[in-house]
Amino acid sequence: MDFGPHLLLASLEGAVTAAILALTAMGLSIVFGVMRVVNVAHGEFFMIGAVIAWAVASSFTGNPAIGFIAALIVAPLIAGIIAAVADKLILQRVNYDPDRTIVATIGLLYIIQQTALMTFGPDARPVTPPFNTRLSLPWFEIGESGFVMTWPWGLSTTSYKLFVIVAAIAVLTGLWVLMTRTKAGLIMRATQQDSETAQAFGVPVKRVYSYVFGLGAGLAAVGAVLVVPIQQAHYLMGHDPLLLSFIVVIIGGLGSLPGTVIAAILIGMSDGIISVFFSPTLAKIIATLVVALVLVFRPHGLLGKKV
Amino acid sequence: MLEVDDIHVAYGQVKVLFGTSLKAQSGEILCLLGRNGAGKTTIMKSIMGLLPLSAGTVKLDGKVISEMPAHEIPKERIGYVPQGRRLFPELTVSENIEIGLMTCQEQNDTREWVLDIFPRLRERLDQQASTLSGGEQQMLATARALCLRPRVLLLDEPTEGLQPSMIEQIRQVVVRMKSEGVAVIMVEQRVDAVLSIADKVTFIEHGNDLESVTADYLREHPELLKKHLGV
Repeated sequence: MDFGPHLLLASLEGAVTAAILALTAMGLSIVFGVMRVVNVAHGEFFMIGAVIAWAVASSFTGNPAIGFIAALIVAPLIAGIIAAVADKLILQRVNYDPDRTIVATIGLLYIIQQTALMTFGPDARPVTPPFNTRLSLPWFEIGESGFVMTWPWGLSTTSYKLFVIVAAIAVLTGLWVLMTRTKAGLIMRATQQDSETAQAFGVPVKRVYSYVFGLGAGLAAVGAVLVVPIQQAHYLMGHDPLLLSFIVVIIGGLGSLPGTVIAAILIGMSDGIISVFFSPTLAKIIATLVVALVLVFRPHGLLGKKV
Repeated sequence: MLEVDDIHVAYGQVKVLFGTSLKAQSGEILCLLGRNGAGKTTIMKSIMGLLPLSAGTVKLDGKVISEMPAHEIPKERIGYVPQGRRLFPELTVSENIEIGLMTCQEQNDTREWVLDIFPRLRERLDQQASTLSGGEQQMLATARALCLRPRVLLLDEPTEGLQPSMIEQIRQVVVRMKSEGVAVIMVEQRVDAVLSIADKVTFIEHGNDLESVTADYLREHPELLKKHLGV
């Protein structure tokens, strides 16, 4: 394949990675932004989402779309409820102290991971995509005979991958509307900016924190449900999303939602493109290098505020 | 009306209030006077339930509010203007007011009422709170507290760092609230400002209330100021 079509193919793969990453990292970013909690267990909520998606989807027979839609509703809901309960049982008890929440969420990481292993076993589980038509993509070039459209062999994507991108955009748009246009969003933003004063104006801060922790986990789970028809569900799959989410949140600026989206696109696209042309390991090395550079030259991230 | 009875409060291990008591009546302005670090702001925060009491009670019209969860206390219509204003800096003027309205589910008429009191804010509804001038920020902080249609209004150094014309505006609003039957508790450093509007003065020192006197009595006996404040 020529370089041009090859790059287009890599970019499409990158866009899928970016879409999933944007959802997952957004969950981490919201939790940090509102609660100032560094949630080390975030990747495990992603894993829960994926494993539950498999469990739900495989319990339906017949059209895979029904199981998938059920998974898309049930998995984020369960992940959100588990997170909200964990907030009440653990984070609230340590008063959201920064050091202790990190240790507590490390503990939570292993509890969730091992529970998943004991419940669902060590196997990787596939989920059938609801639709998966192969779409060949055209390529345009100006040759000797003028402008021609060709159909290079291998340049194709699937309808499901395009759906993932569209779905991620839809969820993120919904989140933006929630945060900026609704009362719930106003309460979350007020709590983020000054939780004590918010409380002095009747905001039940503890309850808001539980909802936000649940929302963060739910976003990771949505990302996971979207990804399981492409990758398989597995009890150790939480590591990469956690690492990449941290990378994205640090580059975007801690707590900045627009920064998170921009960084997710940047890291997702470069991850996809570098993985296709070189190797996935090199992609991770470069992403980590970018974090190091950001921390040195712009410690507050792309759109974060100086502290 | 609002009765603070023998409260003991600590920040972690550091005890700040050692049995403070005070009373505020509706239609009356009570000023708390005391040196820096005496515990005035702590008293305000304790009334709002933002700090846990280790002993004592806060009652509003006989109802013990100090045992309620902190976010329920403002719903008793206690408006709070914190020290340093504590606006939500990245929210707009309109959104800051909205937060105040949501506390007691007040509607548009209260919004209009508050904006009529502070017409300056009406011109700046879509502006971020952090970009307002100091005086406008104080107006917004006061407006946000008035959105509760308060029965009790707590003002912690409302004139700190403001120019005289702004101080006068805030003063007029406080006097107006008093005439509408609100119980006002105010922390104020400037003795002249206190003497001009207060009905009663409570001196606070080392986390105790030393003495409560009427403002008239204080005007006749300025030596009390020297005794308690050293000014």
